[in-house]
Amino acid sequence: MKYLKFLLVGIFFGIVLVKSEAVSWYRIYEMFRFESFHMYGIIGTAVATGILLILLTKKMKLKTIEGALIHIPAKDKGLVRYLVGGAIFGLGWALSGACPGPMYILVGTGAFTVLIVIAAAILGTFVYGLLKDKLPH
Amino acid sequence: MNHILEPWPWYVSGPLIALVMFLLIYFGKTFGMSSNLRTFCALAGAGKKVEFFKFSWRDQKWNLIVVLGAVIGGFIAHYMLSNPTAIDLNPKTVDQLKEFGFNNAGASLLPPEIYSWDAVFSLKGILILIIGGFLVGFGTRYAGGCTSGHAITGLSNLQLPSLIAVVGFFIGGLVMVHLLFPLIF
Repeated sequence: MKYLKFLLVGIFFGIVLVKSEAVSWYRIYEMFRFESFHMYGIIGTAVATGILLILLTKKMKLKTIEGALIHIPAKDKGLVRYLVGGAIFGLGWALSGACPGPMYILVGTGAFTVLIVIAAAILGTFVYGLLKDKLPH
Repeated sequence: MNHILEPWPWYVSGPLIALVMFLLIYFGKTFGMSSNLRTFCALAGAGKKVEFFKFSWRDQKWNLIVVLGAVIGGFIAHYMLSNPTAIDLNPKTVDQLKEFGFNNAGASLLPPEIYSWDAVFSLKGILILIIGGFLVGFGTRYAGGCTSGHAITGLSNLQLPSLIAVVGFFIGGLVMVHLLFPLIF
């Protein structure tokens, strides 16, 4: 029962991303060619709404359902990891057309070959874990 | 009902994605999908060998449930809530893809030239999926987040690291599409 709300949020997330076409390889390609406003509109309105919601959350000192004050953990300071790591992800995102949310959603749409992308992504994460201490951050 | 079956416009989809983020924060968690890849490593026992994966995956169970829901949501949206399923791409994009050998771009969610079993059973096809996936897994963990954690949550919380990461996402994506695609396809 404790987990039902997470299942429902996940289902809602999956539906929104399919209906917005953000799970489509073609939309990602089109976005990186600047030939459609669609993806920029999605990300832009998501961030604008997000800024508003988080601002209100902080102003109203809203609490989580568990009663704790809402707190969004800040990311560590840094430059190299965000720029280089981000660019590596960007290369993979444009090639596979799938970021780490859509890859699961696509499996639900019956695209089972995406499981190969998921397996490779798990491997990529594992290799990062192996090399973590040797990489500049 | 027709409005639900047709593709949703960006001004509806974007705020709904922000709502997903808000709900997860309200539930005391965060919106971060790439973290699940790390959890899968921990689940497979990678913690025995690598410090980075030495954590209790059970604490991340909620996020795996979100993943399960996302799969179900994908099924519901594609098989019950989509008519048509074709994507209305810019004709310029379609033409460019034709030059790369992609026919009927937009007729389905994914290009069969990359994702059909036929494509997967060719060396080039399988390499595209494996290399693409590997870069996503490696890059997101290196950058500490993906589109959900950095682009949506981080930017919404006005965090500078997330802005740098998103710039990185675009550098990588632009290099792939404009410089590498002509070599690959």
